[in-house]
Amino acid sequence: MKPLSAVGIVGYAGYIPIYRIKAAEIGRVWGTGCKYPIIEKAVAAIDEDATTMAVEAARYAVARAQINPEEIGAIYVGSESKPYAVKPSGTIVAEALGISSQLLAADYEFACKAGTEAFQTCIALVASGMVKYGMAIGADTAQGRPSDELEFTAASGAAAFIFGKKSEETIAYVEGTHSYSTDTPDFWRRPEEPYPSHYWRFTGKPAYFKHVLSAAKGLMEELNLTPDDFDYAVFHQPNTKFPLAAAKMLGIEEEKIKPGLLVPIIGNTYSASSPLGLAATLDVAKPGDRILMVSYGSGAGSDAFSFVVQEAIEWKRPLAPPIAAFVNRKKLVDYACYTRYRRKLRK
Amino acid sequence: MSAPAVRREIPYRYRLMGTKCLNCGALFHPPQRICPKCGSKDLVEEELAWRGRLVAYTVIRRPPKGYEDYKPYIVGLIELKDGKLILAQIVDCDIEEVRPGLKLEATFRRIREDGKSGIIEYGYKFRPVIEWNWQKKPNPEK
Repeated sequence: MKPLSAVGIVGYAGYIPIYRIKAAEIGRVWGTGCKYPIIEKAVAAIDEDATTMAVEAARYAVARAQINPEEIGAIYVGSESKPYAVKPSGTIVAEALGISSQLLAADYEFACKAGTEAFQTCIALVASGMVKYGMAIGADTAQGRPSDELEFTAASGAAAFIFGKKSEETIAYVEGTHSYSTDTPDFWRRPEEPYPSHYWRFTGKPAYFKHVLSAAKGLMEELNLTPDDFDYAVFHQPNTKFPLAAAKMLGIEEEKIKPGLLVPIIGNTYSASSPLGLAATLDVAKPGDRILMVSYGSGAGSDAFSFVVQEAIEWKRPLAPPIAAFVNRKKLVDYACYTRYRRKLRK
Repeated sequence: MSAPAVRREIPYRYRLMGTKCLNCGALFHPPQRICPKCGSKDLVEEELAWRGRLVAYTVIRRPPKGYEDYKPYIVGLIELKDGKLILAQIVDCDIEEVRPGLKLEATFRRIREDGKSGIIEYGYKFRPVIEWNWQKKPNPEK
């Protein structure tokens, strides 16, 4: 899918909460093995949720975009851990940013790819001229059932991207996007259930890899590009192994995905996972670099994007903190504090 | 707090929006419609500075109703860059490391929630400033 008129990223930013828990600490409590899918994961504080983190990322994205927030005409928040079952998060973000009430706003849900669905909607709204700027946010305080495999990786974070017409003000422009979706029940959560369920090995080959690779190949075919044309790549990061394997299967060198590979040190931030990876990649990319991003949401689907970095990256980049500033800002907590912060204890 | 009260307070809780007296220059947060200092009705909305320094603090170990989940928590008196003094919770900071003079910035957090089914109140708290320096952090990978 190519937008009818050229669209680019005007501003971007991420947010990662300060607390971390080591995977080994979770393993210590549950007596599981010594080989963990990541090193440590980000844990939201007790007074943080997907919406507060979305606001943090959105504020930095506006600062980097150098636009009047009143000109943002649409906000879409992708999350599977909304603080309200019914009540939009986007309106809270809009009020916090002082955005005009002449606003399109909705929350998206598609497991870990809800954030990139928001990308596509904003790109389309800007390309059609319906809004001047659109903000897409991926934010999650992901939950894993105590002792379940997911508990080692389910983490918290947010990333916000503002899209506008391609110009000298855009940091990177969109070459195209391609989606691939099927009814694949690899991971789900029923209403009123606090934790998701998943189908172990089924989450790999028929789920993650099939969708990620199909979306990536579909995009490259549509844009007439090869893996060698990309300087960087970002894949959804449920663990350290999957994105590395996806890159290898596509013939993309490991070096190209390293700048955006955050999962070993912050965990799987669900809807924020690939958008945070893209933000970390934009933190290091040079004008002219081409970036492939492929999200994955269980259930299942993938959205692939190709971005080309523009000159504006050089002067806009220092206007907001790099992802590294959040990665390096950390306080380790033990399993007891983690259960309290993430409200796993029932009173 | 009732839903209408939560709605009414959004500008000053979410965006640190106060009012400034055009007659005597005093800044108010929460906003005032009549200047308590000079009696002028000539006030305009003005956003407070987002950064400041901790002047004094206390640790709340027996909190009022609605704040129990967050105890123990730090409440600080902060002098903002515009000179305004503001009271707020200090987060992302251990009780052992808080000290007057600490550089702080506003953050957006949950303030309290009305049980499991009621409204979640959001608003400002303050955290130690997130420092960053692009010059000192070149890309080490590529």
